[in-house]
Amino acid sequence: MSQPTTPPKALGALGTYLDERFHGSSMLRTNMRKVFPNHWSFMLGEVALYSFIIVLLTGVFLTLWFRPSMLEVEYTGSYAPLQGVMMSEAYASALHISFDVRGGLLVRQIHHWAALIFVAAILMHMMRVFFTGAFRKPRELNWLIGATLLILAMVEGLLGYSLPDDLLSGVGIRLMQGVALAVPVIGSYAQMFLFDGEFPGEAIIPRLFTVHVLLLPGIMLALVGAHVLIVWIQKHTQYPGRGRTESNVVGTPMYPAFAVKAGAFFFFVFGFTALMASVFQINPIWLFGPYTPTSISAGSQPDFYIGFMEGSLRLFPQWEPLIFGHPLSLSTLIPALVIPGILFTALMLWPFLEAWITGDKRQHHTADRPRNAPTRTALGVTGITFYGVLLLAGANDLISEIFYIDLYLTTWIFRVSLIVGPIIAFIVTRRVCLGLQRRDRDELHHGYESGIVKQLPSGEFIEVHQPVGADAAVELRSKVASEPLEIRTGAVDENGVPDPRTRSPLGKLRGAASRWFTRDKVDFDEHDGGHGDGHAAVEEGAGSGRAAVSSGPSDKH
Amino acid sequence: MTDTNDTNAGGGAEGPDDGPARRRRRVIGTPPATGPALAAEDPREAAEAGAAYPGMFHARPEKEQRSGERWASVAFLVAMVAGIGFFVAYFAFRIGEHAPEGSATLAARYSNFGLGLSLAIALLAIAVGMTIWVRKVMPHYEVVDERHDPPSGGERREFGDYFMKGANESGIVKRPMLRRTLLLAMVPLGLAPIVLLRDLGPNNIEVLRHTAWAPGPDGRPRRLLIEGTNQPILAAEFDSPGSIITVLPEPDPGEDGHEGHLSLTEQAKAVTLLIKMRPEELALPPERLDFTIDGIIAYSKVCTHVGCAAALYEQTTHRILCPCHQSTFDARNGGEVIFGPAGRALPMLPLAVDSEGYLVAVSDYPDAVGPSFWERGPNFWERGNEHLDPEEGS
Ligand code: HEM
Ligand code: FES
Repeated sequence: MSQPTTPPKALGALGTYLDERFHGSSMLRTNMRKVFPNHWSFMLGEVALYSFIIVLLTGVFLTLWFRPSMLEVEYTGSYAPLQGVMMSEAYASALHISFDVRGGLLVRQIHHWAALIFVAAILMHMMRVFFTGAFRKPRELNWLIGATLLILAMVEGLLGYSLPDDLLSGVGIRLMQGVALAVPVIGSYAQMFLFDGEFPGEAIIPRLFTVHVLLLPGIMLALVGAHVLIVWIQKHTQYPGRGRTESNVVGTPMYPAFAVKAGAFFFFVFGFTALMASVFQINPIWLFGPYTPTSISAGSQPDFYIGFMEGSLRLFPQWEPLIFGHPLSLSTLIPALVIPGILFTALMLWPFLEAWITGDKRQHHTADRPRNAPTRTALGVTGITFYGVLLLAGANDLISEIFYIDLYLTTWIFRVSLIVGPIIAFIVTRRVCLGLQRRDRDELHHGYESGIVKQLPSGEFIEVHQPVGADAAVELRSKVASEPLEIRTGAVDENGVPDPRTRSPLGKLRGAASRWFTRDKVDFDEHDGGHGDGHAAVEEGAGSGRAAVSSGPSDKH
Repeated sequence: MTDTNDTNAGGGAEGPDDGPARRRRRVIGTPPATGPALAAEDPREAAEAGAAYPGMFHARPEKEQRSGERWASVAFLVAMVAGIGFFVAYFAFRIGEHAPEGSATLAARYSNFGLGLSLAIALLAIAVGMTIWVRKVMPHYEVVDERHDPPSGGERREFGDYFMKGANESGIVKRPMLRRTLLLAMVPLGLAPIVLLRDLGPNNIEVLRHTAWAPGPDGRPRRLLIEGTNQPILAAEFDSPGSIITVLPEPDPGEDGHEGHLSLTEQAKAVTLLIKMRPEELALPPERLDFTIDGIIAYSKVCTHVGCAAALYEQTTHRILCPCHQSTFDARNGGEVIFGPAGRALPMLPLAVDSEGYLVAVSDYPDAVGPSFWERGPNFWERGNEHLDPEEGS
């Protein structure tokens, strides 16, 4: 059965059927053989996509039993410890899903695990895009869509967490109310509108439910669609390599190979999520009890993607000045709104900021190797460090408990790390990048260390250097020179008059930013003849016209 | 699913011009090394040579394909069996009221385990089967597709030009009145949805200042009731230093002699911590000592940061700790913040003892409880009050 000469009837008939209806559609044909480059890091976005689909599927199942109502009822379900306890219908129905609907607990747990994987995958995917410079022209808009999706995913998750109305979710809603109240001038009204009166009232869960199952998923679905469509139109970036240029894509065709691969990957993600949900308990709401404003459980943690906000709230010191008799809750506002606001604004603006700084208006289809853009990479690691410290600070009570450190001391350690950590991260990352570049250069010029040690007739031991392979050479050479544009280095025209644009304060700032962004270059052309062994080990042609890089100034050889 | 070079079955993994494998292994995902089969560097050449795609395309040896087919089929069969296992688990594991008495949690866990594991195995086996299919049966592709936009400079302006041409033809460019009146027409419609949101909630923000501790309709101060049991507290019996309980105000009597009930919303504002200390441990200015009864002191349990229940109490140091962001309040000196982000002290509830010896609240909290809001204004004491005027708080 391994070599059928005629296709199965159904398959052949399908082909004919489609042909007769869409015959000659070149669009279909071109799209069917769309090429996708292969790299593990390109699959992070796919994980995000598939976990989103899983969350949609399981979410619809949950809506069939979940009752978004805050009406007080007496629990009569089969979970004995809570029988007879007064609770909201929402919580009672979430218990019902967990204990009295077959597969209900599984669907709830898959929904929750998939939500966590979803946000984690978006974060990883975003880091990949950032560090490879894949956000550069022409892909800035897709970066914006992606960043918006990240924010929506976090909000969506926070709202989902609030729906079951257990003790933890109620505390989350309470924090939302407190943050709303802290907004100057309109805050009190905002919270009245949000809750239809005071906290908790009876409106908030039905309202969050509508937003969670209808509004946000709708918007996200549209954005995900646009995101994928744009990738489709613009074609994927690829890593530098032989045969890959700025004007082609090398990889697997959509039909049949990529489609099956992607299908397999979807099943992997779904299977993995199902495995997590069957083995690891998540959000055991029955243990927390129904929400009551009079109590709280110590050591309660939000989902990880909210952790950085929790941490930032914990680190901020007391600061609530009176402005003309009005309290301004800075110790809520800054950590809960201003810091996330700055983080997300910086994230969204970065592609435009970088283009402005470097003056780079070219189209980019080749992924940077992170080391080749040291300042960008260092800034990225700086941001991650900042975020990471906040995330850890969100668990400082656990850290204090596990490591027997005084609670307040952990707060102080994190306060200091929040300032110092990112600075160190920046300096170290830049150094490492430059070091790696230097190593690339040496390998290119002198070959790599083969690990073979030889004894010379003189008795001296040397390590034999082997020439790098052609593929590796293309990769090593992929560094595009990112020279600051002349306008920023105070260029002069033929008459010796400096470009007027460089004299405005903005021009000067831009020049300075540009010099800062691109300083410390490793020049790949300087051949130092220091070593005696194998020079210029690369065959000609390896880095020539077909290389992935449109030759920048330092790329000629 | 990473495409490493070693899946390249077409031979030539060690091309003549390649460095040893060590160097290349570091470059996961780069195209396989040039081998004889790859010679068609020019896409058109490959197309002419009869391949379905420009670029490179490696059929796998028949033997490999056959074994791939076999293993993939095994995986698919496993998936089918596990899928059937899912149905079996669905009916075999009884949960809820059908579970043996008193084992609801365990039953739910077993059912979850059975259903989840069979589902996971079915899904993963399909994934494995498909992966084997791609990697062993399907040819290995290394297809080159040209991008259609020029890499740099010389942007194509076709769309922009076409767009402008259409805009010109439509008259929207040349006829400003048309354009502007259309925009004007949009403005009210754009605002309409926002106006529609107005009735989302009331705007009587004054309620934020008051709690259910304000004396009831009969003007009688309210008793403190222990949360949970609803028992009033005899001041004389709440006498062991270091004790702490959560209290709520006595509700208005319900209709037709039913027991009164405090809504969650009222509880959320009124919830209070009652603490007993030795009187000499208190470090309060004299005017605030009026709020206490013989070392019994009451603070709002709503954290002034963002409103969690400030529930942890350290007996030895008399500190109240909010577990949310660790704001720490000193219970001896009027709930001042000694650590953490909370913006202001926990408000104190003025206490008294009624004729039967039960603890009561003289009045409502003189300050708004919970997180600060813009209209809250200065604190009771900041407002220059020397003594509690029972009218003030209510
Ligand atoms: C796209 C991103 C989504 C995320 C990140 C997300 C996240 C969450 C989370 C974390 C929970 C708490 C689950 C728990 O009880 O442990 C939840 C609950 C819930 N979600 Fe979603 N969700 C998403 C989409 C959806 C969609 C599309 C629907 C429905 C169409 C949905 C319906 C529900 C329902 C009904 C609940 C409450 C049920 C329960 O807790 O038992 N969700 N969601
Ligand atoms: S709510 Fe109490 S410290 Fe933040």
